Order: sequence, then structure tokens, then C-alpha cells
Amino acid sequence: MLPHDLKSEDFAGYPPAARALIVAHLAALRQLPISFVPSLLREAIDYDFKFPEERSAIDREFANLSSLSPAQIKEWFEPFAQISLSSKLEHFDWINQPALFIEQQSAYLWTTHQQDAFRKAATEYGSRLQAAAPPEPGPVRRLGIAIIGQGVASYDEPLFRNLRQHGTYFDRVKPENGLELLLAGAAARAKAHPAPYAHWYIDGGQAVEHSPLLTCVSYKALEPVRTALLKNMQADIARPGMGPEELRTRLAQLTPKELGMNAAGDPVLDRFQVKLFTEGSGTQIFSTTFAQWATREVLRRAEAQTLLVRFAPRQRQRPMNELLSNSHSDPEPDFAGSLVDADMAAYYHWINQQRLPGSEHSSFLVWFEGHSQALVVAPYFAPGKESDAAVDLGTLLSFADA
Amino acid sequence: MDHSPFSKAVSPGLSHRSGMSPLDVAFGLSRSRREFLRCAAGVTLGAALAGASPWMRAQTTRKKRKVIVITFGGGARDQETFAPEGQENIPHLLNELIPQSSFFTHVSNQGILGHYVATASLATGVYETLNNFSAVPPEHPTVFEYFRKDLKRPVSDAWVVAPSNGFNRIGESDCRSYGPGLGAGVILPKHLLSAASSGGTADYSHLLRDNYETPLYAPQLGGEEFQLQQLEMILKLSVDDFISHARTVSSPDELSVYIAKRLMQQEAPSLLWITMHDIDIAHSGAYSLYIEGIRRTDRLCAELWKTVQSEPEYAGNTTLFILPDFGRDADYDSGGNGFQHHRTGDAASRTTWMMALGAGVRPGLVFDDPMQSIDLVPTVGSLMGFSPSQSLGKPVKELL
Repeated sequence: MLPHDLKSEDFAGYPPAARALIVAHLAALRQLPISFVPSLLREAIDYDFKFPEERSAIDREFANLSSLSPAQIKEWFEPFAQISLSSKLEHFDWINQPALFIEQQSAYLWTTHQQDAFRKAATEYGSRLQAAAPPEPGPVRRLGIAIIGQGVASYDEPLFRNLRQHGTYFDRVKPENGLELLLAGAAARAKAHPAPYAHWYIDGGQAVEHSPLLTCVSYKALEPVRTALLKNMQADIARPGMGPEELRTRLAQLTPKELGMNAAGDPVLDRFQVKLFTEGSGTQIFSTTFAQWATREVLRRAEAQTLLVRFAPRQRQRPMNELLSNSHSDPEPDFAGSLVDADMAAYYHWINQQRLPGSEHSSFLVWFEGHSQALVVAPYFAPGKESDAAVDLGTLLSFADA
Repeated sequence: MDHSPFSKAVSPGLSHRSGMSPLDVAFGLSRSRREFLRCAAGVTLGAALAGASPWMRAQTTRKKRKVIVITFGGGARDQETFAPEGQENIPHLLNELIPQSSFFTHVSNQGILGHYVATASLATGVYETLNNFSAVPPEHPTVFEYFRKDLKRPVSDAWVVAPSNGFNRIGESDCRSYGPGLGAGVILPKHLLSAASSGGTADYSHLLRDNYETPLYAPQLGGEEFQLQQLEMILKLSVDDFISHARTVSSPDELSVYIAKRLMQQEAPSLLWITMHDIDIAHSGAYSLYIEGIRRTDRLCAELWKTVQSEPEYAGNTTLFILPDFGRDADYDSGGNGFQHHRTGDAASRTTWMMALGAGVRPGLVFDDPMQSIDLVPTVGSLMGFSPSQSLGKPVKELL
């Protein structure tokens, strides 16, 4: 099957909103190369379960494709048309299994040394699309908050090293009620600018009391899902012929229901949470990785206006000699290691936030929980500077968000 | 190897490297390594000083020459190694080995960025295209086969030690004119440990989960693996002693180095290849564990070099190559997740370094000319006197 043969009935297996969207733009899809279309379908097939910002982006992309003349389509997609695929891939059911197709296409592109050409084509297309169909500016400047180092009594190494050149470092903030003040600041934004999935609280451990206006994801609350997933993985691994790629494909097909999530839950949020475990690497094992990946995905997919992330200590990685002792006791938390993980994750939080529209106006605050060190990257905060101002975190946040 | 090709582009101005071509970025990485090395280790830009290698004046010693290759496996980036902010993680490489080395700042890997296939490419001198997750032999002859066939060396003269069970077929290719019987012996210490412990009460499955990209997956072995009884025959090591020692080390790479040392003492192979893998814990997303892996590998490289100096069979006639198989994704590449993976194919993930030290190597020099990772095999061939006829790489002239 090639894109020019596409018919509306080919999408009968798609969820209703996804099907309607694709059928409305079928004429444009028929003109596109096969190396491109499954990537688009991979996003569109989950349209019914996407966040509003994702839906908006997909709508813009399809509208843009339909607005292009045949000559423009040729110009935009020539680099993709130059990518050669195997006939096995062309005969694959990429309409109903676009994600699996992408996985196999990726392996084929690496094998045939076309990965760099594909990467270049995709990057150029992304830039063109952003220029032709730019997103609407958000109603409020974006704010990121990272709280790191929970449970660490003292730490002598310098923190926020990657971020210092971008923001102002504070070493005398008042830590009292810091978590409550920052959560209150996030809640206030959610109240002032209400929108679905726009204001988030991610906790790498047990979520503390917070405003219901914040969309919350916590590692602790998802423990039953994680346990079910690990059990599922173990069972799959034991099956003959199962390899890493097959395992990944199988994981991608798991649904919230299969992992024991309540059928009456929020289908969009439940799917998102399942994907954090099935698409993330290491999220099933380390809470710090979970929090970092969840942060990345909330920014990439939901384009959160407010995102507060609190890291919790992850389990300690047991050295080989300890594993050989065959002790089955639960490993204790690795507080210092978790702080190092979270410090880097805070940097990635800021980078991912900077990828979103309006980054020049956005603000970011990172705080070493329970301690006096914090750093703010914001329009009115001088980069690479230090401040000895003795302010509480509520005040610091209000300045950052001003 | 999936990634997100349509993810949001990096904001203009976010990265100091934005707007640069991948080639520019690769050269930038190389330059920063050179500048750092010149400042930190007092080494000299080598191009102007390079003359003929001491190897070329030592033909009579060729018979005794030994080469050890350590692949600094798992991919490590500049910012955690040779860049100023990374120097604290590699004190042994920096202070002990670099001053003795010729250092190559610009090594690119144009092949598939998976550890088994990339290491197979390093070993064949051809960008192999085998499935990274399958236990299959390389398509082209390996350096071990060229070495043994051309120089008529016995099987005991070429060994591979690899901690990852997925590497068990790397010793020899399925090339018709080389292949079975002409390759290297392969020791997978972790698998050996599992076999040695069978019947005990411990659950060793966690040790075999060595593919950090899918951490719960443990591959099935196939091919000519090192048999348990050879522990005693070749390494002169009882199963009990082996297990006892394993209980004292903290990581699979430490066990690999222990096995490599036993090999050096008992067999003294002329060609020894050690693949480190602890660094690849980065796939778990825990930055602190990635850094721990780098620091451990740094220490183990120096430890192995000390062993070379102390073993009569190796002291004075051994050339050591250390090189990562490739890098890892840059922080600013929107298709990746920074240090965690090597999936984007960006310059940071493709560009790395190589150091050579010991017999025949001019110490304290830095070379910026681009080379490819597949140049290793023809370089080793030139040093040892065999012809890797099917390799697509070129000998590194600065080492000849």
C-alpha cells in the first residue's frame, strides 16, 4: 500500500475523531511520500486521547498540508521522497500500526545509512511547519519549578552548575514552608488561568496535599500500574522468540485497562501515565528517571503553562557484590545520587521548557528542598549572577513570575 | 532506535551550537578536546611534530608485539569526560594516560549507533549492519581472524572479554574465507558467573540483564561461548575462587578486568580486546550512575595499563588503544533526551576520541585530523603485520 492508494474506509479501525480528521484531509495525504505518512498517522491515530495542545498542533499540521499546492508539496517533501524503503515496509500495515512501522523503518534507515538524510528531512520539515503554522501564544508566561534533593541533610558539591550561566543563584533563601509556598504559587496560576491540562504537579514520590486545579502525576500513586507492568514484562520476556524490539512493541500496545487502571478514570491522563512507563526507559525502575521523563513529556505533549516537579529519592542501585549475596531486602534510598540525578533533570526541565513558544518570556525556579540554595532563570534575573537576598520562596517565585 | 523526528525544534539562540552544521559541531567538539588537553595535560598539537613511528624502527620486535584494545563502551560525551566540566570524572585518563598518549580528537562513527553492531564494526573495520539485538556474527572478517590467519597464530593468542551477553558472537565472522575456527575466544564473565553458580540458591538473572536499553531483557546465548571447564584449564581459576572474587567487585566491568588480567597472566594473548559496558547504565536515566560508570571505567583503564607495565610478557612491547564506540545525544537535540540515549545520530553521538599509548606511540601529542572508528582495524593490522583486506578503514598515519 502506498499513500496515493489511500481510501477513507482504510481508517475504519481508527477512533472516531482521528478518523474524521484524516478523512477530511485524505486528498493531501495521498500526495505525500510513504517515508513520511506513517509518522503523521502515528500522531493522528491517538488524536482522541491527545491533550488539547497536541490536538491543536495536529489540526494545524493537517490544515497546512491541505493548503499546499501540488508544487509546494513536491518542494516540501522532496527529501522524504528521496528516502528509499524496502518493499517489505511498503507492504506493511502502516495504516493500522504506524508506530510499529516507524520502529521498523528506523531500523531500516540505520541499516541502509539513510538515517542522517531522514533526520535532515524531518528537521527541515519541522522548521518549515513551525514557520508556516505557528502556534498561538499562551495566555500566560510559562513557569517551571523544580524541587530537588528531598531528604538530603547536607551536600557540599556545587548545585545547578549547568543553569548558573543562565540565571541568578541565591544562597540565602528561607526554606521554611518552601514546598507549600511553591505549590500555592502553582495553584494560584491554575486558578487565574484555568485550562485543561495546563497546570501540573509531578511528584517522584508521594504527592503532598495540593490544589485540585493542578493535574497531578505521582510515582507512588502509580505503583500498582508499575507493578502490573513489570509483571507483564516478566511474562513477555519468558516467551520464546521475545527480543528487546518485540518487547518494546508489546509494551507500546498495553492499555490502561490491561494494567489495572480504573475504567472510570480520565482516559487522556491514564493513557499518558501508561506511556510514561511503556515508552520511557528506566521510568519503571528509578523514580528520578520517572520524574524527569514525565516532565519532558508534559512539556512536549501538554505544553504545560505551569509545571512543578518535586523529585524524591530513588532506590539505590545495588552493586554486583551485593547482588551476589542474594539479599532480597528492599534497597534503601540513594539520597545523594538522587540529588545528582535531579540536578541534571532540572537542567533538562529548563531546556525542554525553552523549546516551547514564548520561551523568551518564560521563568524557571529550582530549589534544593529544605535548604537555602535556589536559582531563577527569568527575564528580569541577571544570568551568571549571585544574590545573597534572604527571601522566602513565595517571594522569590512572585518575582520570577512577575 | 526509534526517535521523534518531528519533535519541536530548539528555540533559536538556545544553543551556542545552533545554526552550525553537524560537521561544524564535530570540529567544534574536536577543537574543545584539543584545547582542553593542551591546557590540562600539557600535550602538544601533533601534526607538526609527527615523523615516522618508533614502530617502523623496531621491525625485529614485531614478533613480540602485543595490542590491547579497550572500548570505552556505552558511549560517553565530552562534557562528562574531556571538557573542563567533565575532567573531574577522568583523573586517571587525564593525569596518568594522556601524557603518555597520542590522542585523536576527532573520531567519527558513521554506522549504526547500537553497542553490539558498533563494536562489531570496530572489530571488522566495516560499518556492519547486523541487528543490534540479535546474537549473530559480524558479516565481515574480524581483526582476530585477520590476525590469526595471516600470522598463523593459535586460538590462544586472541581473546575478547565482554561483559554484555549480547557480544558472544563477536569473536569471529561468518565470512566464508575466514570465520569458524579462526576467530578469538570470547569470555563473557557475567555469563560465566551465572554458569559457575548454577545449582546455588542465588538468582543471577538480574546480572544477565545487561542490555540497558531494555533493562529487564536477558538475551539467550548462542555460538561458541567460553565453557565453564575452561575456567580451570585456561585461566587456572577454580569455580569457587572465581565466585569468591566476583563477590568482592562492584560491577561487571570490574569482573571483566579481573578476567582480562588472568588471561594476560596465563595465556599472554598478543591481541586482547576488552569491551567495557558499565557506562551504558545511562539508559536508565540516572545521571549519577552514568557518572559513576565513567569514573569506574577511568579507574579500570589505568589499572589495566599498570598491569601491562608489571607483566613481563607485556611490559615495553604493548600498544594500548582506548576509544568509546560512539558518544551520546547532546543535551540540546530535541530528538533525544540528552545523556540518556544515543538515538539521534547527531554530532555529539557520532563524534568521539581515541587514545593510543605504549610501544611505538609518541607520547603527549594531540591530532585533530578526522578519522573514523573503522580505521582502528587497519591501524592494528599495520602495527602487527597483517592485512585486513576487507576493511573499509584506513590506517592512521600518525601511528605508523
